[in-house]
Amino acid sequence: MSKNPEASAEDSVPTTKTVETIARVAIRFTGDSGDGMQLTGTKFTESTALAGNDLATLPDYPAEIRAPAGTLAGVSGFQVHFSSEDIRTPADHPDVLVAFNPAALRANVDDVRPGGMVIINSDSFNTKSLAKAGYSDDPLPDIRQRFKLVEVPLTKLNREATQGLDLSARDADRSKNFFALGIMYWLYNRPMEPTIRWLEKRFKGNVLEANIRVLKAGHAFGETTELFPVSFSVPPAKIQPGTYRNITGNTALAWGVIAAGVQMNRPVFLGAYPITPASDVLHEVARYRNFGVKTMQAEDEIAAISATIGASFSGDLAFTTTSGPGFVLKQEALGLAVMAELPLVVVNIQRSGPSTGMPTKIEQADLLLALHGRNSESPLPVIAANSPGDCFYSVLEATRIAVEYMTPVVLLSDGFLANSAEPWAIPDVDSLVRTEVTFRTNPDDFHPYSRDPDTLARPWAIPGTPGLEHRIGGLSKQNVTGNVSYDPKNNQQMIDLRAEKVARIAASLPPVEVDGPDSGELLVLGWGGTLGAITTAVEEAREAGASVSSAHLRHLNPFPPNLGDVLRSFNQILVPELNSGQLCSLLRSQFLVNAQSMGKVEGQPFQVEELRARIQSMLEQER
Amino acid sequence: MSDNPKLTRKDFTSDQDVRWCPGCGDYSILANVQRLMPELDIPRENFVFVSGIGCSSRFPYYMNTYGFHTIHGRAPAFATGIKVSHPELSVWVVTGDGDGLSIGGNHLLHAIRRNLDIQLLLFNNRVYGLTKGQYSPTSLAGMKTKSSPVGSIDHPIEPISFALGAGASFVARTVDVDAKHLQEVLRRAQAHRGMSFVEILQNCPVYNDDEWLEVEDRKQRVEAALVLQDGQPLVWGPEDQRRGIRIEDGIPSIVALDPDDDPVSKGIAVHYERHETPAYAFALASFQRPAFPLPLGVFRAVEKPTYEDLLASEVSHSIEKEGPGDLAQLLNSGDTWTVDA
Repeated sequence: MSKNPEASAEDSVPTTKTVETIARVAIRFTGDSGDGMQLTGTKFTESTALAGNDLATLPDYPAEIRAPAGTLAGVSGFQVHFSSEDIRTPADHPDVLVAFNPAALRANVDDVRPGGMVIINSDSFNTKSLAKAGYSDDPLPDIRQRFKLVEVPLTKLNREATQGLDLSARDADRSKNFFALGIMYWLYNRPMEPTIRWLEKRFKGNVLEANIRVLKAGHAFGETTELFPVSFSVPPAKIQPGTYRNITGNTALAWGVIAAGVQMNRPVFLGAYPITPASDVLHEVARYRNFGVKTMQAEDEIAAISATIGASFSGDLAFTTTSGPGFVLKQEALGLAVMAELPLVVVNIQRSGPSTGMPTKIEQADLLLALHGRNSESPLPVIAANSPGDCFYSVLEATRIAVEYMTPVVLLSDGFLANSAEPWAIPDVDSLVRTEVTFRTNPDDFHPYSRDPDTLARPWAIPGTPGLEHRIGGLSKQNVTGNVSYDPKNNQQMIDLRAEKVARIAASLPPVEVDGPDSGELLVLGWGGTLGAITTAVEEAREAGASVSSAHLRHLNPFPPNLGDVLRSFNQILVPELNSGQLCSLLRSQFLVNAQSMGKVEGQPFQVEELRARIQSMLEQER
Repeated sequence: MSDNPKLTRKDFTSDQDVRWCPGCGDYSILANVQRLMPELDIPRENFVFVSGIGCSSRFPYYMNTYGFHTIHGRAPAFATGIKVSHPELSVWVVTGDGDGLSIGGNHLLHAIRRNLDIQLLLFNNRVYGLTKGQYSPTSLAGMKTKSSPVGSIDHPIEPISFALGAGASFVARTVDVDAKHLQEVLRRAQAHRGMSFVEILQNCPVYNDDEWLEVEDRKQRVEAALVLQDGQPLVWGPEDQRRGIRIEDGIPSIVALDPDDDPVSKGIAVHYERHETPAYAFALASFQRPAFPLPLGVFRAVEKPTYEDLLASEVSHSIEKEGPGDLAQLLNSGDTWTVDA
């Protein structure tokens, strides 16, 4: 943390205590999954976004809706990193930990920066709750040694603040996350108004009154207590001019689906089956029927993609959203879409596996599944979003490819992008890509599998068009006519044509850009949601004098045309991925380069420090 | 569409060679569907035939309409997307007992309960044909096949009961070779607004020949089939040996009738398609050979809102209430802040 002499007063309530200006801070809110930690973190994030900081968040919660209270299994956390400078990750180590109970403390305290602040609800620390968390001795003496421990009798203070309201003790206690939020707003000089506005929309009566009261009481407690001698100010970041909002990857993705319909002037169909962490996309798109979007909660993953393909056959812009296990179930139908050459976008918001795995945790290990998960030779384009806001643009890009080339496209996101938030420069709608959708209407010389000479796309001929009646399906089809064919040479030709069609997409792709010198000692190459961590690590290493560059792939199939040249411009290549080396093996086989894999499947994102350590060891090896 | 030139069966016949086995019941069904289509007064380009996998699922290739031969068991889900996307299309799903009730049982269930306005024809021959003769979910217990050498130990599912259980608004049964009845039932199915489930008893001459002979053969049929007619008592049999069916407390029993008897006064049930509950139709569906005659015709026809109408009205209500969607407004909704240059 550095002092910034140009402290700007973004705080909405003046304080009489000293305000220390700092450049960046990371706070982690932790408690039981019923304590409202995700909500608390989200509200803090929104307020921080409005204060003009750059920010990145990391929600980390269990799959169980309400695991037994007070146990390690039920601990839910939300980390928010905000700064007056450009940041790209939620930070390796929080500077401040807010722990609502001993279990939350135990599960998180070792991540806190040494000497950082630990704020606990002291009312929740008793023999029973310590035992539930697995503490045999009182941990607080040790915590006092290692951190600045702040003990707040949160439950008691919160009950006092709600006195006189007609609320049960249980209901009153449920608002204590807002008391804590009030304290944090005071401590970091964040405005309370956005949260109050949200509360007024969400609640009424005594519950509204209680939440607003405790939020303000928490704030006032910060101002008056001797536990906090100073508060902190993080001035607004110097970011590109424009209008900003806070956005999560799943919201951006949902809005991308809606935007695709608007930009291509076609009705949108989204078929989906509930699955973590993809369900929020279905929820969000379903809210906007006035855009003409139709969403269908199907009976299962297979029905979701099947209905989606049906809608595409009929001329809708068709999407289906899922996560790993659901993506597996969709593969047979996806193979049919490859065979039938129909445009649709399949979004896989990857999660930790194998099998059910850790549904709320992070992984990017479905790349090879996306490329090769179907029977026989069934290539399709694969692209990956690399930041929460980028999910929006990735949908538009996936849709462009699908429609221009008449092919299903897989868009990979992941649990990190899905739930993380960042400030997002709201695009000017006129600047967004607009893809022309043309249906075949002329019956003269119509053949369902004639092809555009450039893209090799077949015509999109939708039911209801006179004179174009035709049949498609999964059986091998004769070139041009689409009639069922068992001719060996024809089968070879059709498989070659479909592969060539996907390969030709490369001509429409922007080249891979290298961040740093475009040749040299070491290239760190990633894809998807690891962009922030990789870029930060490489930039830090370069600032420290290392010869290292980074590049990030959005298009995983086909690769951008210059990728081979880029790879060959570096002595060493490091490929960090949240899997066991999938992209790395593709690069090695396709380009015959000695790319080194850095894999991780812990369900957590890369930390900048582990990436830096690996970069350093690779550079040292070379010497 | 009366200004369109009159179409004929030929207009609905594709240029593809039909590749079912000689004697397959599918030939008769195909011919009758092709004959019926021109009479429905629907432009040819608005017909879509959708199928899964199996012998019956080759059907779309032989219809000169739009067609989609999809994957095993999933045709109802594909048809859902097609219908929802373009409600004006006349969507026909062709499936079989294996495709529809085994691998695709789940999709069939949900397509029926959503009540899309589509026609679903389930060709029931009680055997797997395309995979060469294994027992199917409608095969009778004890059926010996390659995969059940000592007889099937599965209890069969009864398609009509399945459809009723899923809440079907239109349920009917007909026979592959009875051109008149088949066409009449399909005409009713098409006219019905909602999911029309039609079981077509179909002969597989190779792996389960004559499974339905009793109702296919004109002579035997008089004894074996009960032809359902709305408003008419449940009576069958030759003129001199008429019998009727009483249904008391949901339990059917057979009553012999004299030639002069008035069936109604004898307590014989009168067929009614529009009962609010499906209990009566379930009782009919329980009639199995040889104890009872096999009912043919429309078991149930009731009105329910269709899925595509409900979805379309959600869209129109939303536009009415909130105005047509504005992308810039959406992107700028909620809390935003501006960084000046």
